[in-house]
Amino acid sequence: MSEPQPCDCVPASRELLIFEKGGAGRKGYSLPGLDVEKAQPEKLWPAGFLRKEVEGFPEMSEVEVIRHFTRLSQWNYGVDSGFYPLGSCTMKYNPKINEDAARLPGFASAHPYLPAGLSQGALQMMFELERHLAAVSGMDGVTLQPSAGAQGELTGMLMIRAYLADRGNPRRKVLVPDTAHGTNPASSSLCGYQVVQVKSNERGVLSPENIAAKMDEDVAALMVTNPNTLGLFEEHICRIIDIVHGKGGQVYCDGANLNALLGLTRIGDMGIDVLHFNLHKTFSTPHGGGGPGAGPVGVKSHLLDYLPVPVIQQEGENYRFDYDRPKSIGKIRSFYGNFAVMVRAFAYILSLGAEGLKRASLVALLNANYIRARLKGFYHLPYDFPCMHECVFSDKLQNAYGVTALDIAKRLMDYGFHPPTIYFPLVVHGALMIEPTESEPKEMLGQFIEVMIQISREAQSNPKLVREAPHQTKVSRLDEVLANRKPRLRWKP
Amino acid sequence: MRYIPNAEKDWESMLSVVGLRRLEDLAAILPKDLRLTRPLDLPSPLSEMELLERLRSLSEKGKEGKKWVSFLGAGAYNHFIPAVVDHLLRRSEFYTAYTPYQPEISQGTLQAIFEFQTLICQLTGMDVANASVYDGASAVAEAVLMAQRLKSRKRFLISRLLHPESQRVTQTYTHPLGFALEPIAYGGDGATDLQALEKALGADVAAVVLQQPNFFGCLEDVEKAAAMAHSRGALLIVATQEPLALALLQAPGLLGADIAVGEGQSFGNGLNFGGPYVGFFAAKEAYLRAMPGRLVGETVDRDGRRGFVLAVATREQHIRREKATSNICTNQALCALASLVYMTTFGKQGLRELAEMNLSKAEYAKKRLGPVGSFRLSGPTFNEFVLTLKGDPDSILSSLLEEGLIGGLALKKFYPELSREILICVTERNSREEIDRLAVAIGQRSET
Repeated sequence: MSEPQPCDCVPASRELLIFEKGGAGRKGYSLPGLDVEKAQPEKLWPAGFLRKEVEGFPEMSEVEVIRHFTRLSQWNYGVDSGFYPLGSCTMKYNPKINEDAARLPGFASAHPYLPAGLSQGALQMMFELERHLAAVSGMDGVTLQPSAGAQGELTGMLMIRAYLADRGNPRRKVLVPDTAHGTNPASSSLCGYQVVQVKSNERGVLSPENIAAKMDEDVAALMVTNPNTLGLFEEHICRIIDIVHGKGGQVYCDGANLNALLGLTRIGDMGIDVLHFNLHKTFSTPHGGGGPGAGPVGVKSHLLDYLPVPVIQQEGENYRFDYDRPKSIGKIRSFYGNFAVMVRAFAYILSLGAEGLKRASLVALLNANYIRARLKGFYHLPYDFPCMHECVFSDKLQNAYGVTALDIAKRLMDYGFHPPTIYFPLVVHGALMIEPTESEPKEMLGQFIEVMIQISREAQSNPKLVREAPHQTKVSRLDEVLANRKPRLRWKP
Repeated sequence: MRYIPNAEKDWESMLSVVGLRRLEDLAAILPKDLRLTRPLDLPSPLSEMELLERLRSLSEKGKEGKKWVSFLGAGAYNHFIPAVVDHLLRRSEFYTAYTPYQPEISQGTLQAIFEFQTLICQLTGMDVANASVYDGASAVAEAVLMAQRLKSRKRFLISRLLHPESQRVTQTYTHPLGFALEPIAYGGDGATDLQALEKALGADVAAVVLQQPNFFGCLEDVEKAAAMAHSRGALLIVATQEPLALALLQAPGLLGADIAVGEGQSFGNGLNFGGPYVGFFAAKEAYLRAMPGRLVGETVDRDGRRGFVLAVATREQHIRREKATSNICTNQALCALASLVYMTTFGKQGLRELAEMNLSKAEYAKKRLGPVGSFRLSGPTFNEFVLTLKGDPDSILSSLLEEGLIGGLALKKFYPELSREILICVTERNSREEIDRLAVAIGQRSET
């Protein structure tokens, strides 16, 4: 008997690109009939300005479009799929009502240049959200304009620069801890500052001595993350702020980890001058596969004049945009920011209130400490102190069997979990940074812990199984070296 | 506390594992003098029903339940979005995921970005496009920063007809680095004055920045500008705020642009009072390593199957830190997905048909409005144009509101010298009857 011929159809496990699908003449759209005379671009425009067609664009029917993207979505893993303990990213649940709220026609169809009378609701929402963020953080004023945390950093550092320049000298350096997110040094350097790295101490936090040693009259600011990326509260923060202020510098706080602090303490009360919020982390707006987020910035009163324009002003019952701000750093993005993201965060704050936000932080702390306590011994804990909202292990014990953090991450996928953040913070070799958030029931945490323990045993008994993971996903481990050596960044026929 | 599963009963056993008794004891990690002893000053929590009502009333405030007819464009365009777009965006495997750091379980996002990058290349006539940036304005700012890296020059010639928001954002981004941004005037045809450009060009110019179509809706001679810039060793950056025009207009990359950027809102993203939108960013192959932002590349897995991963990341902040090409750390993935689905749904034919419809309606509007105003800035346009009114724009526009008409944007907001001019945008959403109404209403309010 002869072997059956292999089928040349595309298996269900693959999805062709849109450029490889559909066919000439297929339509996925419908348009109303033209109710005016048809214009001829070739008569209206100079000949050299025209193109015949957009070469390569697909032609697909509606059902093909839906099936294509539905299938792609099934190859993703989101918070709604399961546990997503990606450290520093706060992958908490995204409430569904907030999606509906953002799509209310009055918000979703509002043009950014609507006359003032027609945009009062939008302005009021923004004004109140600013107030709420100020209340949560203890800052005096807030701008909602930055599109993301990194743009918030840029906004904050530009304000610090403008403030110092007004006092005669913008200065040249910015202190950045070795535990900082990569955006901190990148944003500082975009502001024209030279970055000076500060080492954290054996307890994983900044020491006043290290700051004092680097602090001088040429340092514009310290950028600190609190709690830091090891999930530890910067316990000397007040003394550190005093040292920086003592030499005329400003203190910027990266608010990426604010989910640890809601209702428990306020960044502003510590003496911090500038803070950015990540609405997509702390305030539950969806991460969208990598944006859109929003990165509002809060400042103390001495920096209010430098906020980006426009600033929302309340006048009696009305709200208006104020562009007449001579000391403002200007605009950081078009219009007023990621408005639809703000609506979601606003809805979240109104749903939880003060008590709910505090509960969220306390439960996030409990969940992280629970994981830390139960995995201790199975994984190396480089900084063995009570943590805040996330805990950082390393792959040191598994290295003995040739298993790395990357392998552990890939093996977790086989068990249905999204891996934690790996190889960050940089101060921990082979870091596994776990942030459970408040969104997980105890049983889910328990299953994750059991699986992590199981993987630690597999690393010992069958390291090859772990090193070759994942085994259950749509694709196996991908060749990233090839993708960088010979970049193929677009489809070509 | 419907979003927080663990209840009091669950805490007990968990707390005992960590050696604590009460949930509040966790706050003891914080230094005592920093602990907050009073509740945050926030409104009482709302139920889902109350919340929706509160937001609904806010969203409708001041609109009196009227059906408003809008002719506002000016960088944010009122296009119809096919139902498929939002249905796919609501797939929560897309919107509740994050950055595709783990490619084996992120092929959906990764393949979508790869497709988006390809469409942007095709649309702009460029070799490489990134996964998107925040918006059209920051795309321009990033392009200017990139040109400085490539040319090691700090002088830029910026058309005054680049979207004013993009001009301001670029100013903000480049101010601390000491760039010189010089405005290039516009001429009577509503396009950038290329003679003024020629005069301003010198061997110290890093790049020229034009918008196509420009802020007045008029078309620029990209090819001529590219030749001028290149003759002095400068790059040409072309920004497009209304990419639908590129369904009919020659791709900037084929006319000599070195970097093509723009705003993708028009393609499948709602107006949303200004955001989130999505900036697209494309360039010639040679400039790949200087590009900002995330890139997705094709590769293979261990079994030789095609797959996609984040690629060429050695430019980015998480690796290069202060030496990165940009501080951007995400893209606008979901907005880019909306644009991708929109472009795929309309496809090659549909996008062209839609663009022709926009052009036709705008031309009709020009015909109808001719008698009630004039076209002082008279070059060829796409779906928006400048009308010089017989009277004060502010009072005419606010009086039009009484008839439910949002007539356009008074240009003196950005161009003080244009005291009687308004910018009118006409898309497929504006019917002939609405255009007629606008013409009649403006006519009734014009000084004779």
